[in-house]
Amino acid sequence: MPKIKLAEKTVELIREICAQFNNQETELINVLHQVQHKLGYLPAEVQEVIAKELNASVAKVYGVVTFYSFFTMLPQGQHPISICMGTACYVRGAEKVLTEFKRQLGIEVGQTSADGKFSLSCLRCVGACGLAPVVLVGEKVYGRVSPQQVSKIIAEYQDGCASAQSA
Amino acid sequence: MTAYNTHILVCGGTGCKASESELIKLNFKNQLAELGLDDDVQVIHTGCFGFCEKGPIVKIQPDNTFYVTVRPEDTKEIIEEHLIKGRKVERLLYKNPKTQEQVTESKNMDFYKKQVRVALRNCGFINPENIEEYIGNDGYSALGKCLEEYSPEETIQVIKDSGLRGRGGGGFPTGLKWEITRKVQADQKYVVCNADEGDPGAFMDRSILEGDPHSVIEAMAICGYCIGASKGLVYIRAEYPLAIQRLKTALAQAREYGLLGENVLGSGFGFEIEIRYGAGAFVCGEETALIHSMEGKRGEPTFKPPFPSESGYMGKPTNVNNVETFANIPPIINKGAAWFSSIGTEKSKGTKVFALAGKINNVGLIEVPMGTTLREVIYDIGGGIKDGKKFKAVQTGGPSGGCLTTAFLDTPIDYDNLLAAGSMMGSGGMIVMDEDDCMVSIAKFYLEFTLDESCGKCTPCRIGNKRLHEILVKITEGKGTREDIDKLRMLSQVIKDTSLCGLGQTSPNPVLSTLDNFLHEYEAHVDSKKCPAGQCKALMQYVIDDEKCTGCTLCFRNCPVGAISGEKRSPHYIDQTLCIKCGVCFEKCKFDAIKIV
Repeated sequence: MPKIKLAEKTVELIREICAQFNNQETELINVLHQVQHKLGYLPAEVQEVIAKELNASVAKVYGVVTFYSFFTMLPQGQHPISICMGTACYVRGAEKVLTEFKRQLGIEVGQTSADGKFSLSCLRCVGACGLAPVVLVGEKVYGRVSPQQVSKIIAEYQDGCASAQSA
Repeated sequence: MTAYNTHILVCGGTGCKASESELIKLNFKNQLAELGLDDDVQVIHTGCFGFCEKGPIVKIQPDNTFYVTVRPEDTKEIIEEHLIKGRKVERLLYKNPKTQEQVTESKNMDFYKKQVRVALRNCGFINPENIEEYIGNDGYSALGKCLEEYSPEETIQVIKDSGLRGRGGGGFPTGLKWEITRKVQADQKYVVCNADEGDPGAFMDRSILEGDPHSVIEAMAICGYCIGASKGLVYIRAEYPLAIQRLKTALAQAREYGLLGENVLGSGFGFEIEIRYGAGAFVCGEETALIHSMEGKRGEPTFKPPFPSESGYMGKPTNVNNVETFANIPPIINKGAAWFSSIGTEKSKGTKVFALAGKINNVGLIEVPMGTTLREVIYDIGGGIKDGKKFKAVQTGGPSGGCLTTAFLDTPIDYDNLLAAGSMMGSGGMIVMDEDDCMVSIAKFYLEFTLDESCGKCTPCRIGNKRLHEILVKITEGKGTREDIDKLRMLSQVIKDTSLCGLGQTSPNPVLSTLDNFLHEYEAHVDSKKCPAGQCKALMQYVIDDEKCTGCTLCFRNCPVGAISGEKRSPHYIDQTLCIKCGVCFEKCKFDAIKIV
């Protein structure tokens, strides 16, 4: 992973978040949630700052970041696409939908497209099992998605802005 | 004007929200305001009605008309026809698929007839963001009753007498758990609500928090009173933004009403609740792992004893219960232990919420008395299998559970019967599978989940499950042997016997239960290199039947990779070297000309 240099402003932001939680090591997960919410991801350099502020080892912070699936060390695409791979979606054909997304975007799960527009991930059950299979683009939920609809969904975001139309 | 005192309830559960129920509510509000009816008609978002298959749902009170699959553009018609002219909008009423008759009220629908709602009593009935509505439905009266009339010991006795068992999967008697925690001496104790619902296909805890957050807050305060804790923590998945928001709103309202804080209802008992966020780790449903996660650490389980009731969060005695368990507490206090224990079977009292999903007509959230049979759930409530297909199996208990066949359809559902059948209650996910589902692939699917979610602490789970998965992949690719089937069974047993926590000990269950109930499918993959369900791509091909193909070119036009060729009005041909086996042609063909071989 290429090294990145954090802007002074970013370091300050991380420090502020740690201070909100009284620099307590036991608040590490809350701190990580807040920082990821602001920065979008948690690269190694950010983890180093957090470790220092909470007086914890970098190894511990890294251990926690990599343990939980919600935290990511890679920047997400402008439009993160998540395919629900819960059991209800799986038996209603989510795998075929995922394969089609992979094929059309030319990326694997966990990767971001070359233009930075889309990233692809799987998640376990959004709880909208009545709409299975379900795909999330950002916060928007698409229900009863078939492989044939994949190109239409991607096209909605190709021009840079999402259309207000529903799936 | 007959519209006075009318309420429009719009489902605000996650499923219906995904189908624009927010816009439906907004349309109602705006159009009512235009007509000057906004003072007479109240529009509210409720929690999940349960009938997710037919969402978004709109219910009109007081006449209880139940509209299904409502679109945002339908609001005008509902206002003009139903509210103003007093005529029901017939096309939006539920139609009984058997009789084709329209059903106007939910209580007359097959989906609701056999349900008994205890934990879900308020979901879909009250506005979860308004504490007054909860109070208006007996809310917080159980807490008041405990603080005024019962000692902590007496309250615990009521819970013990009710026979309530933990709804998170384990089935441990709740009253006993409280009693044990009460008896431990400490300067600080904690009540923890486990809302880290990780089972794929289970969404009851979220629906309760979204639809009735106060019931959980009330129950946690009662628990605090009983065990001697002044602090409660809700550990909730960060992926549940709506539930978090409603819980936060409810907490603020409870504080405002003096139902939380230093002096609850002036009784001298103090109780406060904080929220802790999970970050996506299935193993955190295990209580020791959950506690470590709340302490900011990796969510790895540790050996019990010591149990959390002795040494839990921050080393203090901690009582962990799941959301649904808590939601049962207030009605037990209000209506009494005898009422609760009159529902259910001998060893499993009360009701259980199930998330019914998969290849079933009525996907949704249901609550039935313990002892209801799988057949009643699947055929009466669930409306049978989708598209008239044949039932093959129902998977209960999530990744730790098993697949049950037709042989178990008449088994009454309770903790012990499900265990004896080789599955488990789990948190209540129920996924129905039909003849098109390959059971070897299903076992592989669950193993993939376990592989992702194993915390890596102990070897049998970390490495054993990886080996299991590799063998399953080999079988689904048509490279398996009879020996592999034996290895699966042996390895599964070792993992079961030697893993530390519940996740590891139950992880091979999907493999073992499919081996027990669907051995012939494994044998077909291994011996004749065939997948009977036609799901395993390596073992199948799509071919076109020359006699049936009319040359309509529909498959040719829809094939995403250009693998189909042929002239118009003459039989087409699939090039197997190009085919990615996506199945689009198979679904599109109107003449049944595409076959799986």
